[in-house]
Amino acid sequence: MNIDSIQRGIVLDHIQSGRSMDIYRYLHLNELECSVAIIKNVKSEAMGRKDIIKIDDAIDIDLDVLGYIDPGITVNIIENGVITEKKKLQLPRQLTNVITCKNPRCITTAEPSLPQIFRLADEKRRVYRCMYCDAERSKK
Amino acid sequence: MRHLIDITDFSVEEITELLDLADDMIANPRRYADSQRGKILATLFFEPSTRTRLSFESAMLSMGGSVLGFSSADSSSTAKGESLTDTIRTVGCYCDIIAMRHPKEGAPMAGSLRSTVPIINAGDGGHNHPTQTLTDLLTIRREKGRMDHMVVGLCGDLKFGRTVHSLIGAMSRYEGVSFVLISPPELRVPAYITRDLADRGIPFTEVETMEEVMPELDILYMTRVQRERFFNEADYIRLKDTYILDPEKLRAAKKDMSILHPLPRVNEIAVSVDDDPRAVYFRQVRNGRFVRMALITKLLKEAEQA
Repeated sequence: MNIDSIQRGIVLDHIQSGRSMDIYRYLHLNELECSVAIIKNVKSEAMGRKDIIKIDDAIDIDLDVLGYIDPGITVNIIENGVITEKKKLQLPRQLTNVITCKNPRCITTAEPSLPQIFRLADEKRRVYRCMYCDAERSKK
Repeated sequence: MRHLIDITDFSVEEITELLDLADDMIANPRRYADSQRGKILATLFFEPSTRTRLSFESAMLSMGGSVLGFSSADSSSTAKGESLTDTIRTVGCYCDIIAMRHPKEGAPMAGSLRSTVPIINAGDGGHNHPTQTLTDLLTIRREKGRMDHMVVGLCGDLKFGRTVHSLIGAMSRYEGVSFVLISPPELRVPAYITRDLADRGIPFTEVETMEEVMPELDILYMTRVQRERFFNEADYIRLKDTYILDPEKLRAAKKDMSILHPLPRVNEIAVSVDDDPRAVYFRQVRNGRFVRMALITKLLKEAEQA
């Protein structure tokens, strides 16, 4: 199967197999006017199988969101058909409007205009805590 | 702008300074009688709490300041659909400092985001109650003469008891403090708190009866099983009488143990315990007024310097 290589844009590589549609949704790639290719179940020596997303334009990617979903993803920046930069991700210290608080007693349930802010509470366990009510959300 | 949302917003050194100031206010109340003249405290109580509201108002009036506010959400603009942040910004134009109680967890933090005056969290749902914790800390220091190297027992509703969560957070910062958590399985402290204690190497045990641990305790912090925190009345009825402190149980306690309670009590401490010299909960109430005076003074001073 062939997907044309891109001249200028972004390739998200080393996505865990089956997670590419989550990333498509979190990054709102459906709103782009450029071509977006989702390649699923690509053979990988390191991962067995992986997904890849190719975006045919140099858009601003929310690296915090990507880092939250999977810090193992590699972000390749493409200029003139070659990789000019590889960005390594890490678990973001803070997430704004990425996930929502599930605590029914949290103020965010009563005040929908408040930004949903979560702070990294435990890096090892990948646990985030709501800035307002301290309720935990973990990313397995 | 400096606020008090969570007790850990203040460093251990800042809390020491605050308690020193409160001690001085207790010893020399006249010296502070006019110290906040011309300043206005707004007490915004979206949830009724006569006791805490009066404590704040008494604190401000004791320093020559003035107070305004409301005591239920029905009498605020929230009833008309105004957002919390708009209410806070509006009230901030009428006062110098706000003490706020709200049934939703995190509401004071949300209010502080756009506030132009200092916000004091006077209780947010089952989450935090830092001024009660300051009261507890002042009481512990005045009764024990220290904050470190002691066994702190907390008994009752440890799941929804916001005073418990704040007190554990505050006391866990002092050296040699360990915790004994006494509650039915249904009302244990939230897992994030015990996990935090474990991660920081702070000793704690979880038990179901107070008799088995009574001789170890330096502090016994009793709490009310609160009806309003239950989703289901049957659960409340089943659990409310589980942990009642009486003279019989106290017989096994240390002679210098201190019994604290954030009040109001229902029946978790028998009235016959009130005359025991170890019962300090009414002195604790008095301390609450002075520590709130110290807190208002600190936050107003920092706001002026900002």
